[in-house]
Amino acid sequence: MANKYYSTKLQDKVERSGLVMLFMLMVLLSVGGLVEIVPLFYLKDTMEYNKHPEILWQRKAGESMDEWKAGDGIRPYKPLELMGRMVYIREGCYLCHSQMIRPFRDEKERYGHYSLAAESMYDHPFQWGSKRTGPDLARVGGKYSDEWHRRHLRAPRSVVPESVMPNYPWLDKNMVNADETLATMKAMKTVGVPYTEEDFATAASSVKGKTEMDAMVAFLQVLGTMVRFDDSVDYRE
Amino acid sequence: MITLPLGFTQGKEYAELEWPIDLAIAVVWLAYSINFFMTMMRRKTSHIYVSNWFFLGMMVMITYLHVVNSLAIPVSLFKSYSVFSGVQDAMIQWWWGHNAVGFYLTAGFLGIMYYFIPKQANRPIFSYRLSVIHFWALMFGYVWLGAHHLQYTALPDWTGSLAAAVSLAMIIPSWGGAINGMMTLSGAWDKLRTDYVLRFLIMSLAFYAMSTFEGPVMSVKTVNALSHYTDWTIGHVHSGALGWVAMVAAGALYHMVERLWNTRMYSAKLVNTHFWMATIGTVIYITAMWVSGIMQGLMWRDYDAFGALTYTFAESVAAMHPYYVMRAIGGMVYWAGGAVMLYNVVMTIRTASARRGVSVATANA
Repeated sequence: MANKYYSTKLQDKVERSGLVMLFMLMVLLSVGGLVEIVPLFYLKDTMEYNKHPEILWQRKAGESMDEWKAGDGIRPYKPLELMGRMVYIREGCYLCHSQMIRPFRDEKERYGHYSLAAESMYDHPFQWGSKRTGPDLARVGGKYSDEWHRRHLRAPRSVVPESVMPNYPWLDKNMVNADETLATMKAMKTVGVPYTEEDFATAASSVKGKTEMDAMVAFLQVLGTMVRFDDSVDYRE
Repeated sequence: MITLPLGFTQGKEYAELEWPIDLAIAVVWLAYSINFFMTMMRRKTSHIYVSNWFFLGMMVMITYLHVVNSLAIPVSLFKSYSVFSGVQDAMIQWWWGHNAVGFYLTAGFLGIMYYFIPKQANRPIFSYRLSVIHFWALMFGYVWLGAHHLQYTALPDWTGSLAAAVSLAMIIPSWGGAINGMMTLSGAWDKLRTDYVLRFLIMSLAFYAMSTFEGPVMSVKTVNALSHYTDWTIGHVHSGALGWVAMVAAGALYHMVERLWNTRMYSAKLVNTHFWMATIGTVIYITAMWVSGIMQGLMWRDYDAFGALTYTFAESVAAMHPYYVMRAIGGMVYWAGGAVMLYNVVMTIRTASARRGVSVATANA
């Protein structure tokens, strides 16, 4: 048995040549990724707005983001919300909180309508998360008052006794930086978020005098409030 | 270790490090890969050994993953944002996330396994043919699995289902590899009674086989609906990380220390102690996570007789407490086992060096 030669010609060739093996691997290892990732950029079914254009905010020329109202449709984050999102990422919130509601009855009752792919189309990077040490936040917007969020972020156990979340007292002390806000918005524009020149012009004034706490609360309060869902429509089929 | 606690993060799990560090990693990784490849090209044998197939696969894939998933636009020296967004970013992240584990911690450590088990057991690997199948199927298939981390999310159904189907198929190469390693002891199982280093290597394969069975099960949508977002995932990862990766590494390190200092371990008994601490620590840890994970999943979806949700989220948080204590105990037992190993290795090296010092002194006299 031990002396028998089992190999095929191809295998024999591959394992005698480092270059052939390298080439084989380079081809083989790219297949799965290409098949699963590339179509997501062009298949129309991926993004729900192709079938349901009303979920996007139809912004008129010259219209300010401040004229947008909850339910008007998906839009880029306002400057303060965007900086709140930056704090959210910096503090690692995504490690314990998901932002992705699955289409189950219990999740609908606990968190709200299941999440759409289009709802995170302006999220660089995405923050769907993978672990719920704390509850899902995809639709936390409007669920609690601003004051509740402030108290909760300062000292979570003062409002939820069972909570294991850390305190974030420094959010009250840190101010949002206007230059950083503008730089972040411009970076977002580079990767495809449709900010206008007008948005850039108002960036500095809209974060003036704001703390990171204000930014964080603004971000949390907009989460999941952009789309007005029609219960008779199945967005994902 | 320094930048992450300071809040410098790209905000993608396991790919948190900011762009200057990403670039540094790329340089180191390419230097390592080129050095490895050129060494392999200058080999004196005709065939490339199976361990090196796995290492080469790991190097190619990690390069792909690191480059694509780290594509980001810098805003400042320590802040950048992913060029991808939403669903595409999620798919790329989990293509990276699953394969960073699949190629670094699985393929790389399978390479270690294929070298050190035959060496320690002093027998040839069980089946050449099995290693060929194991290798190519693993390389081709693993790449497809990432999407099973996104079942029932806003990722299109076809992607997750495809990933789940390939995940199920992956039981075959994974178990093929585990069997190949274990059956190397065929006819020499008695070695496990006396060779404690071999115990590490074989036990690591048992954990490998277990977690590569568990993984495909969890990728199936019905199971994933329960397990996703819970501690079950954490338990699964640790049966791989503590049980497989760390234990095969410990076995390989013991083997190398004995070869490098041309001696036996200072205390075989302590190797055995470490073995049992590692095994028991892992089992306590993953059992705690299984129980808490399944409990979380069940509590979240539980309805009472009136059709209302039985538990609030906060109640599920409170219910996890005893299991987190258990997890900490398991982790500490495991860690203490590592401390035993460190002591043993240090003593081995000191004893060996002292002996050599004496022999050198005698020779000079």
